[in-house]
Amino acid sequence: MGEVIVITSGKGGVGKTTTTANIGTGLAKLGKKVVLVDTDIGLRNLDVVLGLENRIVYNLVDVVEGNCKAKQALIKSKKTEGLYLLPAAQTRDKTSVTPEQMKKLADELKKDYDYVFMDCPAGIEQGFKNAIAGANRALIVTTPEVSAVRDADRIIGLLEANEMKDVKLIVNRLRPDMVKQGNMMSANDVVEVLEIGLIGIVPDDENIVIATNNGEPLAGDSSLPGQAYMNICHRIMGEEVPFLDLNKKGFFARLFGM
Amino acid sequence: MKFSDLFRKKGSGDVAKDRLKLVLVSDRSACSPEIMEKIKNDIIEVLSKYVEIDKEGLDIKITQMEAENEGSDKASPALYANIPIKNMKGKKQESKA
Repeated sequence: MGEVIVITSGKGGVGKTTTTANIGTGLAKLGKKVVLVDTDIGLRNLDVVLGLENRIVYNLVDVVEGNCKAKQALIKSKKTEGLYLLPAAQTRDKTSVTPEQMKKLADELKKDYDYVFMDCPAGIEQGFKNAIAGANRALIVTTPEVSAVRDADRIIGLLEANEMKDVKLIVNRLRPDMVKQGNMMSANDVVEVLEIGLIGIVPDDENIVIATNNGEPLAGDSSLPGQAYMNICHRIMGEEVPFLDLNKKGFFARLFGM
Repeated sequence: MKFSDLFRKKGSGDVAKDRLKLVLVSDRSACSPEIMEKIKNDIIEVLSKYVEIDKEGLDIKITQMEAENEGSDKASPALYANIPIKNMKGKKQESKA
């Protein structure tokens, strides 16, 4: 029996979808069978981040409404063995699906997959409720900004109210150089304020933009974020992995007086 | 970076953290601005029975209070009120009596 993990943030644009794509890719590369569910009905995006946008036939709403079986709607990644996507519907809205239906779907998927990830839409309304319904773990993505952390705090409160026990934090788009200058909150600052466990720190890196442009997640490659995502995957599997030294890169930058 | 920057007391990262802590205290205390306004008006109403308050200068907010117990390192929210008194209403009360 697999696990169902929701990836959420409250605020939009902090990197939920990119994170979902990379963690899914990383876990598949570690030999796990993974399905990523795009629950952002009406604003589908996970398909393009994964480079699978041209292969969609059925979607989440089709599955829930019984127009097809879950297996038929899943798109198998050709680049990454063991990775599957259940895309969102683009021409419907969040009310097309209920939390009860999502829970049923999650229970069905976790029988056949090691990890089921729910890529949650921004906000705290119906889409959020749908995404968390079947999940037993949550990963909160935030950036080191007041607005994003504030929303993350609100989400943590809502998850607690829904009796979600296992909630971990990913600090995304961290710029070690700015932290060093004192012009950005550090991951520790964010953890101290939110009072939850940290499962990953992902540096702000142009390789992520390039990977997203190409529709090929970089988890597992030699880049700093590629390693950071892979470390998160190991931690999700319960292994203890030390956090990356993100200042290595900053060292050269400082040499050149940046 | 300018040399003088070294002596600046706070980076914007610290400013962000402080602002965040404050905003979360009020978020977490689940006290909306509407409720704060009601509390404020009730305080004014009660105190006005006894003293004349400077309503313009009245400042009330939920803020963080450092925990006094050694066992707990968490700061707890506290109601902070600064209420300037214009006049003790001694005379009025005497005349009523």
